[in-house]
Amino acid sequence: MKTALVRNNSAVVGAAMNTKSSLPASSDESPVSLDAGVGVFEARQLTKTYHMGEVDVSALRGIDLDLFEGEFSVLLGPSGSGKSTLLNILGGLDIPSSGTIRFQDKYLTDYTDDQLTQYRRQHVGFVFQFYNLIPSLTASENVALVTEISTNPMKPREALEMVGLSHRLDHFPSQMSGGEQQRVAIARAIAKRPDVLLCDEPTGALDFETGVLVLEVIERINQELGTTTAVITHNAGISAMADRVISIADGRIAHLHVNETKSRPRDLSW
Amino acid sequence: MTSLDRKLWRDLWNIRGQAIAIAAVMACGIAIFVMAMSAMESLQLTQASYYDRYRFADLFAMLKRAPLSLIHRIEELPGVLAAQTRISKDVTLDIPELREPASARLLSLPEDTRGGLNWIHLRAGRFLEPRDVDNVLVSEAFAKAWSMGPGDSCKVIMNGRLRRLHIVGVALSPEYVYQIRPGDLIPDPSRFAIFWMNRKALEAAFDMEGAFNDLSLQLMPDTNVQETIRRVDDLIKTFGGFGSYARRDQLSNRFLSDEIENLRHVGVMIPSVFLLVAAFLLNLVVSRIIGTQREQIAALKALGYSKLSIGWHYLKLAFLIVGFGWGAGVLAGGYMGHGMTVMYTQFFSFPILQYHLTPRLVLTAAGIALLAGFFGTAGSVRRAVVLPPAEAMRPEPPAEFGPTILERLGLARFFSNTTRMVLRHMERTPVKSAMSILGIALAVGVLILGRCTADGIFYMIDVVFTLQRCEHLTLTFVEPRGRNVLQEIEHLPGVMSVEPFRSVPARLRFEHRWRRTAIVGLQEHAMQYQLVDDKIRRIDVPKGGLLLSEKLAQLIGARPGDTVTVEVLEGSRPTRQIVVSGLAKEFLGTTPYMEISSLNSMMREGSLVSGVYVRCDSKLSDELYKTLKKMPFVAGVSIKEAALHNFRKTLADTLLFMVMFQTIFSMVIAFGVVYNAARLAVSERSRELASLRVLGFTRTEISAILLGELAILTFIGIPVGLVLGHFGSYGAISTFDTELFRLPFHLNPSTYGLAVVIVLIAAIISGLIVRRKLDHLDLIAVLKTKE
Repeated sequence: MKTALVRNNSAVVGAAMNTKSSLPASSDESPVSLDAGVGVFEARQLTKTYHMGEVDVSALRGIDLDLFEGEFSVLLGPSGSGKSTLLNILGGLDIPSSGTIRFQDKYLTDYTDDQLTQYRRQHVGFVFQFYNLIPSLTASENVALVTEISTNPMKPREALEMVGLSHRLDHFPSQMSGGEQQRVAIARAIAKRPDVLLCDEPTGALDFETGVLVLEVIERINQELGTTTAVITHNAGISAMADRVISIADGRIAHLHVNETKSRPRDLSW
Repeated sequence: MTSLDRKLWRDLWNIRGQAIAIAAVMACGIAIFVMAMSAMESLQLTQASYYDRYRFADLFAMLKRAPLSLIHRIEELPGVLAAQTRISKDVTLDIPELREPASARLLSLPEDTRGGLNWIHLRAGRFLEPRDVDNVLVSEAFAKAWSMGPGDSCKVIMNGRLRRLHIVGVALSPEYVYQIRPGDLIPDPSRFAIFWMNRKALEAAFDMEGAFNDLSLQLMPDTNVQETIRRVDDLIKTFGGFGSYARRDQLSNRFLSDEIENLRHVGVMIPSVFLLVAAFLLNLVVSRIIGTQREQIAALKALGYSKLSIGWHYLKLAFLIVGFGWGAGVLAGGYMGHGMTVMYTQFFSFPILQYHLTPRLVLTAAGIALLAGFFGTAGSVRRAVVLPPAEAMRPEPPAEFGPTILERLGLARFFSNTTRMVLRHMERTPVKSAMSILGIALAVGVLILGRCTADGIFYMIDVVFTLQRCEHLTLTFVEPRGRNVLQEIEHLPGVMSVEPFRSVPARLRFEHRWRRTAIVGLQEHAMQYQLVDDKIRRIDVPKGGLLLSEKLAQLIGARPGDTVTVEVLEGSRPTRQIVVSGLAKEFLGTTPYMEISSLNSMMREGSLVSGVYVRCDSKLSDELYKTLKKMPFVAGVSIKEAALHNFRKTLADTLLFMVMFQTIFSMVIAFGVVYNAARLAVSERSRELASLRVLGFTRTEISAILLGELAILTFIGIPVGLVLGHFGSYGAISTFDTELFRLPFHLNPSTYGLAVVIVLIAAIISGLIVRRKLDHLDLIAVLKTKE
């Protein structure tokens, strides 16, 4: 396992050191060394400042980051480090105060609000810490919420089968455990066959056993569908299952780490 | 159905109690709108087509007697399209079933019934034939009142002779849609009839060969009516013309048109209040839903739902509630409008009064309902639309609280912690608290408003029938008679006292404004017909001057001290300048008053009287009526008790029905507002209250916090509502202000009391429902739920 201390707050450097064959293996120090792997996201000098009443809070202070196709990355950091803000920006839920972000060959930072909506609709699957299911809809209806508005979706049942919930189709969120709810949320996120799956503390509200179950599902999605997956967490235990671990602290990328061998979720501990 | 729509229906089901309450308030407003407007359109349409098809005249004039040749000069007047002369006579009827004499108006019918103006519509029997002498057509209302029809007969005193007239047909006329005896408050079809007779028969009976005393004109469109009136008056002056008047002043048309106008007021004003309340309630509920669904909205946006589809989603929720209200309102309004139209057939005689509920009106109602729904929810929906999803993912920061004004004033030590919670919560959301107070106030106000008409009418009856009119009978004479008729009447059986009056048709002119009316001369210190001032204190007729009713003074713009021109339209037709010496409060008509001898001397006549007020011994009244029926010079007898009875009966049928509906509707508002405020409070604060329960508060203690807030809102809302209701009623009553009829602004204390009691009951019931909810609060679940 190699560990790299990242200068210039750049995760791209880390990408260059990645030895995994599917990921770029270039030794070039250039920040845009994407020749070996296909870059899904390319963020440059992202900053985000919130105005909270009379104080300005800097959530991101200049982030350079590339995410590659099919990659499973973990964005690790304590609460308040800015990782959720970063994920929201990647997912088109929020816009940076400055900097650029490119998705495939388009700049999200140039998108209008409507274009961002279309972007989320077509390309992004979200999984939230608190599941954010619609309580008045059943599991399959929650999934249908997405399949109804996307172009080439799975059937809701199919998506729920993938997360092992084919027996819970007609249950309302209030009739399911937290782990089940989170799996519904994952089914909802993947049903549109998204290009990227963004998970915000997916195990944050779950106990260990259930958390492992959920992580297994996410891993399976990543492997079977090849969906570029980014999981943010404050839980360092999870990082062992990632291709790459991007540590964020105080709005900057503090640390980059490529796992030579990934652990199975079963083998994690926290 | 899309999943988002499924969510919509389930959200709606979750707030079904509140949704029903809002839809009910909306339905009340729409129902009143549809009822009033459809009844108005039905009346209007019927009126217009009836007038048109039956050639209702544009101008009318009565005169003493003019030769038929005069018609040619009238027809030559500019703007006159057609003219019709008639003979019209008021007579008394002897109906065996009725103790007192009734009145009838005899009208001549041209031999060609399809010629001329003011055609009649035959309902039963046949038209008159040229040789019919004692055969008549009778007005339908009267025929119905006595179950008469072709083949029946009626005893009439014509020109001093008792005649038996045979009914061959039952008819209607656009002239008598509202068949009211001049001077009556509401029609009494059993005591007033219209008889149509062959002209020849009337000419013979009243020595009117080759003459007429009643003129109707049809004018070309865009004719200057005032100018025509002046010209006609010039022509008929020498023939004892009483002054011509336009269609708008024709009594029946006036009542009908006033009613149509009144429906328009009702259809606009009352629904506005209901829709305002419904919009406000929608605002409360929808903004609460959007508040609690912050994270769902964010999730939907993250899933790729556009702002538009999310905004539309919540608007749809509002529109569904509005739609139910609209549907129920249209159904109820159509039903009530139909009922109202049926009720109108009691008052207004039309060949057909068909109820029309036009698609246009139904759509207008939908438009109004949607507009109210939109205005109620647009603000909250906008918040949902612009809510940045990333921000909505984060939990809401704790609400900012601070010490309330009362606490800052140093009163903190008087409050317990729970009281402080209540007060601070209310002060933190001042707009919401104020809106809830306003809602409760509107409920109180609408309850008062709903009863103000009834209160005003009953007060008016009280003033008119017990304070002002102290006579038992009013006798009017065919022709003015000398004062010695007083002795004659005094000596009739049962008569206790007699007071004379003189009534003179005249035109009152001040500056460029004028009104055609009749000056009533009363004896000084009259006891049987009393005048009152604006404070309802008795006043006396002035010796010499003219006492104007307030409405007349307002119409011609004259004030006490002004000198008005009086053009008498009877006798020697003098024109005089008379000083207005005071004003009298009158609820009906626009009568000016004078002292009778001053009026006589102004007319340069002897001590003539037009009629008398009589007080009599009720034990002997049968005998008195029998005698009166035989007195040829008596043209009309009106009995105060009978009029009062008729008035009360009609009111009981119609007005009380309306009041009942309005009271029910107002209760819907009261309940809707308080119940919604209570449910919202539970939804907003169940977490906080559950936390208190976990900390060891009892159910009673947490109920006190919530119900305390409701109680404070209710107790502030009620006095505000009393004030609102008071002034709202004042405004509503002032729309009942026509030349024929004005309602006094008078609210019974019981009306205020009832409003307060009903709102309190609504509050208590809502409180109990909420209390039940609190008792079943699932402490664990509530604490787990992420707000």
